Amino acid sequence: MIRINCPFCGERDHSEFTYGGDASIVYPALDASEEEWHDAVYLRENIRGMQSETWHHVSGCRMWLVVQRDTVTHEIRSVRAAHEDYAKLFSDPAEEQS
Amino acid sequence: MSAKRIAEGGRIDRSSMLQFQWDGRSMSGHPGDTLASALLASNEKVLARSFKYHRPRGIMSCGVEESGAIVTVGEGARRDPNVKATMQELYDGLVASGQNAWPNVRQDIGSVNSLISRFLSAGFYYKTFMGLPPFETGKGTGIWMWYEKFIRKAAGMGTASREPDPDQYEHGHLFCDLLVVGGGPAGMSAALAAAEYGLEVILVEQDRELGGDLLGQQGSDVETRRSELVGALENAGVKIMTRTTAFGLYDYGTAGLLENVTDHLAKPNEFLPRHRFWTLRAAQTILATGGLERHIAFDNNDRPGVMNASAGRTYLNRYGVLAGEQVIVATNNDSAYRCALDLSSAGAEVTLLDARAKVPPRLLEMIGDQGISLMTNSAPLSAKGLNSITSLEVAGSAASGWRSKGQEDCDLLLVSGGWSPVVNLMSHRGVRPVWNAENACFVTNDIHEGIRMSGSAMGVWHTSDCEDSGTAAGEAAAKALGASTGSGRSVTASPPIGGWEMPIKPLYEVKIENRSSKALVDPQHDVTTEDIRLAHREGFVSVEHLKRYTTLGMSTDGGKMGNIIGLALMAEAMGCEIPDVGTTTFRPPYTPVSIGALRGRSVDEHFRPLRRTPMHDWNLANGATMTMAGLWHRPWYFAREGETITEAYIRETETTRKTVGLCDVTSLGKIAVQGPDATEFLNRIYTNPFAKLPIGKARYGIMLRDDGFVMDDGTTWRLSETDYFMTTTTAHAGKVMAWLEELLQTRWSDLRVHVTTVSEQWAGSAVAGPQSRAVLEACVTDPSVMSDDAFPFMGVRETTLKDDIPCRIARISFSGEMAYEVYVPSDYAPAMMDMLHQEATAVEGCLYGLEALGALRIEKGHVTGAELDGRVTIEDAGLGKMASANKSYIGSALRKRPEMVRDDRPQLVGIFPKNKSEKFNAGTILCKKEEVSGLGEGWITGVTHSPALGHWIGIGFIKGGYKAWENQQAVGADPVRSNQVEVEIVSPHMYDPTGERMYG
Repeated sequence: MIRINCPFCGERDHSEFTYGGDASIVYPALDASEEEWHDAVYLRENIRGMQSETWHHVSGCRMWLVVQRDTVTHEIRSVRAAHEDYAKLFSDPAEEQS
Repeated sequence: MSAKRIAEGGRIDRSSMLQFQWDGRSMSGHPGDTLASALLASNEKVLARSFKYHRPRGIMSCGVEESGAIVTVGEGARRDPNVKATMQELYDGLVASGQNAWPNVRQDIGSVNSLISRFLSAGFYYKTFMGLPPFETGKGTGIWMWYEKFIRKAAGMGTASREPDPDQYEHGHLFCDLLVVGGGPAGMSAALAAAEYGLEVILVEQDRELGGDLLGQQGSDVETRRSELVGALENAGVKIMTRTTAFGLYDYGTAGLLENVTDHLAKPNEFLPRHRFWTLRAAQTILATGGLERHIAFDNNDRPGVMNASAGRTYLNRYGVLAGEQVIVATNNDSAYRCALDLSSAGAEVTLLDARAKVPPRLLEMIGDQGISLMTNSAPLSAKGLNSITSLEVAGSAASGWRSKGQEDCDLLLVSGGWSPVVNLMSHRGVRPVWNAENACFVTNDIHEGIRMSGSAMGVWHTSDCEDSGTAAGEAAAKALGASTGSGRSVTASPPIGGWEMPIKPLYEVKIENRSSKALVDPQHDVTTEDIRLAHREGFVSVEHLKRYTTLGMSTDGGKMGNIIGLALMAEAMGCEIPDVGTTTFRPPYTPVSIGALRGRSVDEHFRPLRRTPMHDWNLANGATMTMAGLWHRPWYFAREGETITEAYIRETETTRKTVGLCDVTSLGKIAVQGPDATEFLNRIYTNPFAKLPIGKARYGIMLRDDGFVMDDGTTWRLSETDYFMTTTTAHAGKVMAWLEELLQTRWSDLRVHVTTVSEQWAGSAVAGPQSRAVLEACVTDPSVMSDDAFPFMGVRETTLKDDIPCRIARISFSGEMAYEVYVPSDYAPAMMDMLHQEATAVEGCLYGLEALGALRIEKGHVTGAELDGRVTIEDAGLGKMASANKSYIGSALRKRPEMVRDDRPQLVGIFPKNKSEKFNAGTILCKKEEVSGLGEGWITGVTHSPALGHWIGIGFIKGGYKAWENQQAVGADPVRSNQVEVEIVSPHMYDPTGERMYG
């Protein structure tokens, strides 16, 4: 029953969103090696604590968000737009969510 | 005669009678009664038979922890099993019956089980049958299952109706500053204090009215105080929800509530839901859930006539029922003294057994000269009587343990073994209860996630202390939300845990060494003290193992009645303390939640959304039989007079190959890909080159996932330098859209591309067959745009149909014929179809549905979602030539991994029956002829009768592809449908393999 404070829409129930994946992954260039792609696609830290993850506001504004969430308590520390340009536009009000 | 209704007193309306049926017999009660109190007033003793041993059971409590009076309420489709009679409000015409008994609960054939009870101990399932021959031989499981049917029949609960549920249920959402769970003295005080600070408060109470323990106390001052509090709550604007249970607490202050709307009504309004399922979100929560009185394990402690002390008091004071005339009250703590006094003053002859050596002076003074005979150092040892208690063998404390000190006649035994705070909801949040040795109970008195305990739920016993505890919690919640204290208001201090005059003497079991007894720990599942010790002897000492081996706490009361005794006995067996044994975690729901409430209105046609195309009505008007394709309703076939589905789709297929066919393809996903970098974007996501796709041309493309497997396929049309129209499969439309958004927003934010779903904006029809161009020439405003030169294969045109209907046409083919897809803005769909249909009919064409669409594409070996199931590489699908070697794209790195390029991977093939008159089904497993077993070598994904070839054909996958099977015998095995067909593995391009027809 997580609630996510979407920078575009305000606080919404998690049922409006779908979980994406690990937001800390930097995907390699398309012509990068098989090993680099293997690591990016398959290797994940199983974090106990604060984790950076992507969520898609699929039943809302359809924006991809980067959410800092505690995997133990579900506490959400911050929510920002995944797209850097939008993140800059919205940086202040959406920074903190209790 | 023992239990009876007394002349006055209680919260029932004696001026009005309610008639009800119990086990086929007419009985009566009053408004305000529960089913249990009405049965008790009628002196019904045996109300149920126990789970395994069919022991007679009566009323054991007056609340949710009831483990005796579990009955079936209602008839026909509304038959509701396992209802606690103590929680069922009486209404006129209520029909209830006993369960797990034949012919009835009073004379039950199954009670012979109690004679063989030593074979039915913990773990008997595994030990009695499975460890012995013949069960350990190969056939054991089958024989075991044969026996199990009878065992299950003999041991059990009630049976649910097999008819569809005729009632409606609703879901709702609520928000508030403060949720208070429990409407007793603590909860009411908490809600009131918070409301006075200006908080928006919701107070939920599972009972029909507020008051909690006050409802069971005696005296006019009690009711005065209760009314005062209720009035103040109403004035303060607190939202009060009675008959509502907070069954679970979840993240972010979310509570699940179940509101019982009509279960207490004789004739509910047909528009009312039976239950409402509320999702409530509160900034702060106070749990004032009270405590439950524990019983004590002794021989036959489950006999009808043995109940909780507080229940005996509540039946007297709330329902006006004196449950016995010759009463023994057995206690180890202060709380039962008030009970003894109340029953004595109502005219019962009362004997009070206190397990403690000394009696608190104030209590002694209170019972004074009421004629209550008091026995200290005494406890119940063995209840006598078959179908109800007739006497009690009393134990007196000895140098070590207990000794028998004779029998006392009685018709009611009230037991208080101490109190367990209801910490269940806090436990849902992952908080471990802590053992409080002084009060012999588990408590969770910490604050967690804005959730606070108050009153008896945190181990505060006295009514006035509970009020203070509630007020303190309410004030604290208000302050946590930043409410100002206001002027002149003093802050209430929370009283400490406990409050009894003399400490409780922990007492969980009374027995004499080497004397056999049947003492129930969890009466609902017939778990005995011996079962706990057996579990210990056999090594199931972990509390989680103990629970699963003995089923302690796994019945419908969820361990409310017996958990603590079970833990205490295990601690004793292990020679340690209760906290060292630990406790299991309580999980939601606190009390059972109906399946209907969970589903709410999501049933029948509302089970999932329904999508209709803009030409839905047009299709129906033109004879379509519809089918479900994902969420879509799509035409299945268009049967003519007297045609079967098979005849219809074969005719549609033949007509399309011969002249022309029209098919609604609106459900395909459609995405506008626009922007200066759209070309670069498409070039990165498709395996084949898109960099040089000319304006006015379409290209078939495959997209992979990061891991190199096929995600989806479709055509993308270039409308201008910066504007593309992408189509996806129906099944993957949503997934592809989300994927494109993810790439543009999280990985390639430098690309200047915008994607917009336009699936609902454009309605489409396939126009397929040799006459397709003729049909379109007759429909477009300017027929010259349709000429083969002007509009070659894979060409795209934006033009108009007659009447200036704007349209997009691409010359693409899924059927293998010369074919087009025509799209118009959705509102024009019926007008387009009228026009196309008229021209198609003129050349003896027809409409076709999904079945013919499937036949056409299987003949051609074209893939759909059935083939692209996420496990298939581009080579597996026979489309390896579409993977560019000259560029990088999503999936290009990982698709070349060794396992993904093996020659013997299952690859797309066509399948013919060897004997052309035979047929097979989708889902059939393809095996080597000499080895029809296991997972086989491949599988069939789609079948059809092929009019072009004149026999049944299939499409599917088999290891190595068709070339590997040129000289091998294959069999299509369909063990579930007992079918086995010899097959021939062929190229997937079964019809017109060179594709000449497509070019017209």
